[in-house]
Amino acid sequence: MTALTGSAAAPPEAPQPVGHARPGTRASWRERLALDGWGGLTLPLIAYLLVVFVVPLAIIFSRSFTDPTLGLDNYRAFFGSPVYLNVLVNTFVTALLVTGVTLLIGYPYAYLMTLASPFWRSVLLVVVLVPFWTSLLVRSFALVLLLGNTGVINQTLLALGVIDEPLALMRNFVGVTIGMVQVLLPFLVLPLYASMRAIDLRLVQAAEGLGARPAYAFWRIFVPLTIPGVAAGLLLVFIQSLGFYITPALLGGPGNIMLGELIVQQVSAVLRWGFAAALAAILLVTTMLLLATVNRFVDLRRHLGVDR
Amino acid sequence: MTARRLTRGALIGSALLTATFLLLPVMVIIPMSFSDSSMLQFPPQQWSLRWYENFFTSPTWIESAWVSLRVALLVTVSSVVLGTLAALGLVRGRLPFRSLLTALVLAPIIVPYVIIGLAVYAVSLQLGLTETTVGFVAVHTALAVPYVAINVAAALFGFDRRLELAAMNLGAGPVTTFFRITLPLIAPSMLAGALFAFVISWDEVVTSIFLSGPQMTTLPVRMWSGVRVSVDPTVAAISSLLLLMTLTMFTVAGVARLVRRRRARPSVQEEA
Repeated sequence: MTALTGSAAAPPEAPQPVGHARPGTRASWRERLALDGWGGLTLPLIAYLLVVFVVPLAIIFSRSFTDPTLGLDNYRAFFGSPVYLNVLVNTFVTALLVTGVTLLIGYPYAYLMTLASPFWRSVLLVVVLVPFWTSLLVRSFALVLLLGNTGVINQTLLALGVIDEPLALMRNFVGVTIGMVQVLLPFLVLPLYASMRAIDLRLVQAAEGLGARPAYAFWRIFVPLTIPGVAAGLLLVFIQSLGFYITPALLGGPGNIMLGELIVQQVSAVLRWGFAAALAAILLVTTMLLLATVNRFVDLRRHLGVDR
Repeated sequence: MTARRLTRGALIGSALLTATFLLLPVMVIIPMSFSDSSMLQFPPQQWSLRWYENFFTSPTWIESAWVSLRVALLVTVSSVVLGTLAALGLVRGRLPFRSLLTALVLAPIIVPYVIIGLAVYAVSLQLGLTETTVGFVAVHTALAVPYVAINVAAALFGFDRRLELAAMNLGAGPVTTFFRITLPLIAPSMLAGALFAFVISWDEVVTSIFLSGPQMTTLPVRMWSGVRVSVDPTVAAISSLLLLMTLTMFTVAGVARLVRRRRARPSVQEEA
């Protein structure tokens, strides 16, 4: 679970693995580039990812500057048009809202998991894991069946006489938000629960023993200790929201297109490759900047191991 | 005291709502799939199996299910091999640019699938790899491999290397030691990684949308076109089947864990 760089044993400054590290001596270039038999085992995957992942990405980015003409035209087209800028704004606003709502309902849930008895804890865990392991497409489709005008929720409310006409729960901002929160909630709850579980609850008890009111002890002791887990979970949800395609495409409407949809649309419908490539570059650069920023404050790699 | 009880009540209440929110969509789809109407209804007015029948008797649906299965199995094999080797190298090896290479191995998790799909599609078009098994397997393997590497690396970090030393001391060569000691010890994590890899490939829609076409389509992509254009109730039936698969997997995994825990010494703590 604690990912590859749970190599807390090998901090980034000292790339040598444990056992090879010779503190005090500065490695020469020859030593630094040395590769042993075990290290060589990494090469097939590295070569594979270079061919299947890195090179295609590089090609598509170069196309954002060359297709159809050499230069920054694609980027100018994007940043010069209110329509496209709107998509960017909409993408960020949606992602922020989704992340916020996810935290709001995920935090108490994860907290209850830490308090619950072993039996209820596994029940709560399974409740999160079942949707987590269920196909994203199936869940998004199920939400269409729930939220549509003739969907379960509207039909039920109409039958009960609570409302007179169907609520617009889909093909709009509301639908996208509900859908994405439903899909992404496990990505917050799981790392958050993992980090909460590692907290020594006696610290809170100690604070209470010293006279702190429970709420005060909770906010001053427990919550600050969960911040790394929260940050990791939020980042995971936020980054995924930015690049989401399936759920917004199914539950959103024409008025709130997100970047991912625009990319697919530009390639499949209008064949504007260069423009789609520029959109992809903008999305990727944003994602990477975010990641780098948060990484300065939180040891992300420790927390990113849980997701899927 | 009452304040605490109140907080606890509020917590439980909100968790109940959250649990409903998480489970309701998955639970509602099953009864709806048994509806007789070509409009999906809840609760169904008339029950029937026609959408299940539609799936199992339709050559196109079955064909795409086979495509998905074939791709997912190949992806499982290739990503377990590549991921395990890489994990061994990253954890044990002497390796230049370790953190950079680690970042590269993990990168397919972070980069949005739409971008990966777009990039791979562009190259596949040039190479004639769209609508081919090779194309699908190549992309899905890149997406799945980080999860195998993460799982195996975790096992290797918790690994007691004295076991290997003991084997070598007793006369086993490096190869024997690897296959008799190392491999069996990391096998459960490889299996978990394999499961991840299979599910990732089996479920993957976004990159597959790019690579699919009339000649070759995976099941999720066909489902996608089945709900995109007009809601085809067959998708509800397939979704229920997929859900059943997930739940079966859970039950099997749960039972296996129970059995293993029974067998293991009580001191052996297992990760939840």
